[in-house]
Amino acid sequence: MHTFTHQFFELTITGLVLGSIYALVALGYTMVYGVLQLINFAHSEVFMYGTFATAWVFVFFDQTGVNSIGGEIGFLLIALVVAMLVSGGVALLLERVAYRPLIKKNAPKLIALISAIGASFVLSEAMGLRDRIAAWFGLEDNLGNYVGNARNNYTMPVQINPKGLFTIGDYTVTDIDVITIVAALGMMFALQVFVSRTRFGRGIRAVAQDPESAALMGVNSTRVIQLTFFLGGLMAGAAATLYMLRIGSTRNDAGFIFGVKAFTAAVMGGIGNLRGALLGGLILGVAENWGSAFLGSQWKDVVAFVLLVVILLIRPQGLLGESLGKARA
Amino acid sequence: MNRYYDFAPSGLSRGWSAFRGWLGGLLDNKPTRVALIAVGIVFVYALPLLNLPVITTSGVDFGGVMFDAAAYALIAVGLNIVIGYAGLLDLGYVGFYAIGAYTTGILTTYHFHWPFLLALPVAIAVTMLSGLILGAPTLRVRGDYLAIVTLGFGEIIRLVIVNTHWLGAAQGIDNIPAPPNIGPNAPGQGGGLFQVPHLSWGTFPNIIDVGHKTPFLKFGPIDAIPFYWMIVTAFFIVIIADILVKNSRVGRAWEATREDEDAAELMGVPTFKFKLLAFALGAAVGGLSGAFYATRNGFISPATFLLLLSELFVAAVIVGGAGNRWGAAFGGVLVAYLPDRFRSFSDWRMLVFGLALMALAIWRPQGIFPPRRTRRALAAEAQIEELEGEAVDV
Repeated sequence: MHTFTHQFFELTITGLVLGSIYALVALGYTMVYGVLQLINFAHSEVFMYGTFATAWVFVFFDQTGVNSIGGEIGFLLIALVVAMLVSGGVALLLERVAYRPLIKKNAPKLIALISAIGASFVLSEAMGLRDRIAAWFGLEDNLGNYVGNARNNYTMPVQINPKGLFTIGDYTVTDIDVITIVAALGMMFALQVFVSRTRFGRGIRAVAQDPESAALMGVNSTRVIQLTFFLGGLMAGAAATLYMLRIGSTRNDAGFIFGVKAFTAAVMGGIGNLRGALLGGLILGVAENWGSAFLGSQWKDVVAFVLLVVILLIRPQGLLGESLGKARA
Repeated sequence: MNRYYDFAPSGLSRGWSAFRGWLGGLLDNKPTRVALIAVGIVFVYALPLLNLPVITTSGVDFGGVMFDAAAYALIAVGLNIVIGYAGLLDLGYVGFYAIGAYTTGILTTYHFHWPFLLALPVAIAVTMLSGLILGAPTLRVRGDYLAIVTLGFGEIIRLVIVNTHWLGAAQGIDNIPAPPNIGPNAPGQGGGLFQVPHLSWGTFPNIIDVGHKTPFLKFGPIDAIPFYWMIVTAFFIVIIADILVKNSRVGRAWEATREDEDAAELMGVPTFKFKLLAFALGAAVGGLSGAFYATRNGFISPATFLLLLSELFVAAVIVGGAGNRWGAAFGGVLVAYLPDRFRSFSDWRMLVFGLALMALAIWRPQGIFPPRRTRRALAAEAQIEELEGEAVDV
């Protein structure tokens, strides 16, 4: 209680920052669910590949030591683009290998879940064995900086120090906080516009509403599904760069719990609903921080899950209801 | 007669159905059926003693591997009630496994010092109760939401254990006693009523390995085989109960609920009650397996009960064939056994396992052994499709 009142602003603002990262990842879950009614269990690995891509960009440009955001902004932008493309690419691959054969066969949902769990193992283990895979090609020495110690934490070579900008209450908001929130909200806004205003977005909404009618109206559902996975991957990649900016280290199994939380956020807000993902992510981030202030940080995850259960019991369709298709959005 | 034809998929499936027909014919004859089942049961009990060349694991104690395989088979049969019969996707099943193990651990160690056999029924009852408590609020949620809510509960249970000192916190609980031994246990004798020698396939004349015996019944940390016998016995009891329940009104109510909940409700099936019953029964079996795990290992810690395990359990049921108890049990054995059998791949085994899951999902979406009803339903569907096709042609 004491920590709560004393650090109210810090807890709330850092909660919102973390929550906006959750929300970005949650978008991937929510869009795939909206279109296919499938829980994409391997989305957490899509995010994880993005975190590695971010760190690798800094290794590639040989950035080491301690620096500020200003000094690294160019590399950060490159990392953002690369991470988005890598995650988007992994998501496309995932769709092609683990989902499309099943969608074609119209397999039951549970089977798609198993395929996704399998794909999740494969992606995570492939990253954890990247030194061995590089060794097949005789590259383990040349790529040592990228693939060494594959099972351990992989840290960003450059440490980016936050700089205080202004204070709210008694918390000094840093440039990292501002960048994270602005970037996350910007991405979400762009996605929202894409889904609601463009031809491709109309295709996504059409398939989400009624796949058969959409097909009759000339929507290529395979393309739409691909696009959905790719967009989810892009968002996860952006989230990965923001995550690395804040946390600074990753691992081949870093995606799992983060992914479960992001999915929780998506469900909380109303799965299939883009704004719901944002709301769910923000609530989850803040609730986790508040909960750990009240009960101690070891209860952080329990708070997140209890909140989910309570919300689903009161509002089984999620806070904003489920509707990728119906969303006027 | 084209030889190659036999290897074509249709030939293979034709051969398989011929084999099934032959097996079915054998099983129709009651004395043969009883004899075959008896042989099968004896074989299952004797398996760890036989040291069969190909399937025996190298580098890991085969008895221990067989115990794990049987424990997973038991779990898969329990989870099959929830997923296969009632059609509820439970991604937090590991929570019940943990509750069973921890109830046993706490009752038998420093808090209470109960003997194992007294703690076992309590552990089952506690897990069943926890299934009711967790199920009552969550089962009102439908479909995929249930998956994430149960996943959340599975993780909550683990986190509560990690953070509660009374439950041993992160260090876990050790010195969990084994079940009581049967027979004299004087030092130097090896213990047990009698001792069963193992087989050895290396040198032909000495096929019976006299130097390597398993006492009947002495539960110790060295030899896992008595534990295996115990859990296999429990497995068969659960299977019999499963058959009885599935063939009763309850089983039919589950089936109706799974196929169409609204229709079932309209026909007067109290679907919520039956879903809750499935949840509680499934939980009880998970708890039973957890209790055996605790007494076999002698040590439990929250690090064992990760969410990942829940995914493995679900994979076992679905890979084996959700809805078919033998399929699910086979899936459980497969999921536990394969990683140990291929220890030589050590680092690569999870990767290979993931690939295998994907391959199975894509090429055999109905599971390795789908339930019979599905096959019948598939045939009916094919017939309907054929009829519709004709109608379109006209």
